[in-house]
Amino acid sequence: MRRLKMLGRVYLCVMLGFLYLPIAVLIAYSFNESKSRAVFTNFTLKWYGELAGNDMILKSLAVSLVIAFASAAIATVVGTLAAVGVNGMSRRARTAVMVLSYVPVINPEIITGVSLMLLFVVGNTQLSNLFSALLGAEVSVNGFGVLTLLAAHITFCLPYVLFNVSPKLRKMDVRVYEAALDLGCNPRQAFFKVVLPELTPAILSAFLICLTYSIDDFIISYFTSGTVQTLPIAIYSMTRKKVSPEINALSAILFVVILTVILGANALDSARERRLERAAREEERKAGMQA
Amino acid sequence: MIKNKSLASPYIVWSVVFTAVPLAIVIYFAFTDKNGAFTLKNIMDIGQYTSVFVRSIVLAVIATAVCLVLAFPLSFMLSRMRASRQSMMLMLIMLPMWMNFLLRTYAWMTLLERNGLINRFLGLFGIGPFNLINTSGAVVLGMVYNYLPYMILPLYTIMTKIDPSVIEAAQDLGAGNLRVVTKVLIPLSMDGITTGITMVFVPSISTFIISRMLGGGSNLLIGDLIELQFLGNSYNYNLGSAMSLMLMVIVLLCMSFTTADSEEMEAMV
Amino acid sequence: MKKWSTRAATALLAAVCLSAGAPAFAETQVDDGYDYTRFADDNITLNVYNWGEYISDGSEDTLDVVAEFEALTGIRVNYTTFDTNESLYAKLKSGGGAYDVIIPSDYMIGKMANEGMLEELDFSNIPNYDKYIGDAYKNQSYDPENKYSVPYMWGLVCVIYNTTMVDEGDTSTGWGILWDEKYAGQILMFNNSRDAFAIAGKMLGGSLNPSSVDEVEASAEKLKQQKSVVQAYVMDEIFDKMGGGEAAVAPYYVGDGITMMDDNPDLAMYLPGEGTNIYIDAMCIPKGARNKEAAEMFINFMCETQIALANVEAICYSTPHTAALELLDEEMRDNEFMYPDDDYLALCETMSVLPDEINSAMDAAWSSVRSYDATGNAWIMPLLLVVMLALAIFGFVRKAIRRRKRDY
Repeated sequence: MRRLKMLGRVYLCVMLGFLYLPIAVLIAYSFNESKSRAVFTNFTLKWYGELAGNDMILKSLAVSLVIAFASAAIATVVGTLAAVGVNGMSRRARTAVMVLSYVPVINPEIITGVSLMLLFVVGNTQLSNLFSALLGAEVSVNGFGVLTLLAAHITFCLPYVLFNVSPKLRKMDVRVYEAALDLGCNPRQAFFKVVLPELTPAILSAFLICLTYSIDDFIISYFTSGTVQTLPIAIYSMTRKKVSPEINALSAILFVVILTVILGANALDSARERRLERAAREEERKAGMQA
Repeated sequence: MIKNKSLASPYIVWSVVFTAVPLAIVIYFAFTDKNGAFTLKNIMDIGQYTSVFVRSIVLAVIATAVCLVLAFPLSFMLSRMRASRQSMMLMLIMLPMWMNFLLRTYAWMTLLERNGLINRFLGLFGIGPFNLINTSGAVVLGMVYNYLPYMILPLYTIMTKIDPSVIEAAQDLGAGNLRVVTKVLIPLSMDGITTGITMVFVPSISTFIISRMLGGGSNLLIGDLIELQFLGNSYNYNLGSAMSLMLMVIVLLCMSFTTADSEEMEAMV
Repeated sequence: MKKWSTRAATALLAAVCLSAGAPAFAETQVDDGYDYTRFADDNITLNVYNWGEYISDGSEDTLDVVAEFEALTGIRVNYTTFDTNESLYAKLKSGGGAYDVIIPSDYMIGKMANEGMLEELDFSNIPNYDKYIGDAYKNQSYDPENKYSVPYMWGLVCVIYNTTMVDEGDTSTGWGILWDEKYAGQILMFNNSRDAFAIAGKMLGGSLNPSSVDEVEASAEKLKQQKSVVQAYVMDEIFDKMGGGEAAVAPYYVGDGITMMDDNPDLAMYLPGEGTNIYIDAMCIPKGARNKEAAEMFINFMCETQIALANVEAICYSTPHTAALELLDEEMRDNEFMYPDDDYLALCETMSVLPDEINSAMDAAWSSVRSYDATGNAWIMPLLLVVMLALAIFGFVRKAIRRRKRDY
């Protein structure tokens, strides 16, 4: 039994090594003075400096952030409304909506990307024809760019909002809402004062999920972005050309950012959990005393 | 609760326009030629690429199997840890997944190259250099590395629900380790296994970045082929749509045998 | 290229000091009499789509041409890159990008012009065209009346090899080295149909412009034979792979070859005896460009002597710009690869616009070369589709039935 435990520990270490080795190598090379990956010459920070001066990366980062926040915000609002609406539907209608929602989640990303691209291509030509006919002159509509990118990101974010908020809504005690009505709230007030606060954690986590998916997405953006470059697309074009160690510096920075965000979120989470646990124990104690 | 179904209408309209209609367009393109006339030619033409489809399926199946074998013991160990350590370890394992996946794949490029770190390390012992990059092995490795967490997560989730007393009972009744695994653990974590399989298989079979970066373009996969028709050299939307349709059906087939319960899928998301 | 670029920098500095007439905020000396600042307040963004590694971009002390243009004109530039003519075509054809300036190669310009995808240029906005572009590069067959394009660079396709991995004697085999079993697994090949078929066509002693579907098919056979020795199909990844000693031999463009040799002294190149492809890449404006006049301004700027010189020195391609050529370092001007003698040029061919039939045959052949295994029966796929669908439905139904049973 002890040997098994040892084996387990070794296995765990090997797996963690497998997961972290490539990232560690990238980060190590970001401090390498030589451009070539064959030798480690000297410690340097110059690639970080060059990265800071790299317009393409900075611009694409800005685009990524704007798209991510906009699409996450829109998706969260529309998705939350949908969760409330779906909750009031018959079982059959609800199933239909859910099945439709699973499509972008389950479909391979490349299919989502390609199908959206086809939609935009067809949409562009149809709109061009329409306007040309209306105005009597040749007009070419070209929507590819920020708008199509935004639409695509909202599309793949929406289901995650629905799936995150819906279960919370179903688990919610209906009587709380009814009590609010009895106490003189109109449905709108009851929703904003009672239902929404209850849903806030779920909505917030949905928003964060959307944000990360949107920032990370490459494949769908690749097919729908037109002339606009998001950060992953810029990274892709960097890996294809003469590779500069700037890309290693970028990886290191991203890794540190992610580490901080996740550690922060985790700390918050565990603090909240502890508080909840304490409250639960308190409750139990009270219940015990009453009994 | 609020019975206002109309609140869902923006969502439904959006989903129809940006999910259902695009898929309908794909199907339309798959069964028409350049002039819009009905044809089966596109689908028949895919026959020429049978080898690519076979290779994609084989590589994706291998990657999925490797993921399952690697993730099963790991998830079990995770699920048996103390709660505080559990969440920390889970975070450690999930952390690399938050890195952009192009960068993760690129990292393997630097490791696997002829003059890369692995070959130079082996060179210290006088072995190699081996051709590591631009092989199908490298492609499978890329898939396993990128999608392993998708296997660990559902397995771990389901295994935390297995009561330790069940395992103890089996042991008390005289079952050896192997029997505990095959008769107790695997049946009890079946739902997690099927979810994990889907979550690894679907992105593996449709990837085009991993094969391009680690496969050197000689290990073409379905994803590469589709990309080639839409944004690459061949420029043939109709053929590309037919291939996409084919890929969708493969995925559907996989789904039908793994997760089909909507509740399971919800658990997965 | 360090040497040349420091030279350029000094020249530039001198130019800045001497020219009082030039606007104070830009460093580049431009010709008088062209109003570069007329769009400064219009908040214009130009979408420029160029080949990767095909401009002087400020790395390694070169001039950042795009930044110079932005500083001079107040126009913002969204500069993105493509890696093959075909992907540029696909992107434009899909409406996937509203570009203002694109830089395709000869045959692609012809094809796009035929399909009405290019705007006619207003050469009164591009005075530098008449002033500087050599007559030898005007009115080419792809644009006989020179309505659509302004030449940017020209060059040849050569073979680049690593002297530590390749026997010097094998370089006499011309293109054949790319098929040589000896270098199996160490050969890189073009990842685009036209270039790959051009090499195969030359290998077979034919033209790089196939005149029949049969010729396309013969070339495709040749390329399939090559597949077993090819390590990877690449475009710009070649810089990294050859530079890092990952591969022994690759076909690529002369200018990039010189850049690579500069980074890795083990590399060398030769022009194959069978002759090669000579190409001209030219700046065009696609139909529907939103800022046509500003785009023409950009093209004119690219033809400024200082700028053309900076670009040539940075990317080492051959320039059609007469004044820049005169200013060019002698070592570069006499480079036998950049400016080969007439005897060799006589062996070279440009790519011409192919008829649709041959084009689509080539596209299809290319996909099949890349996937290589054309033995499948045509009915297999429709059949497989039906079978898989049926299986999937069966799977779902089975689950549904089981679930219903469980519910009761």
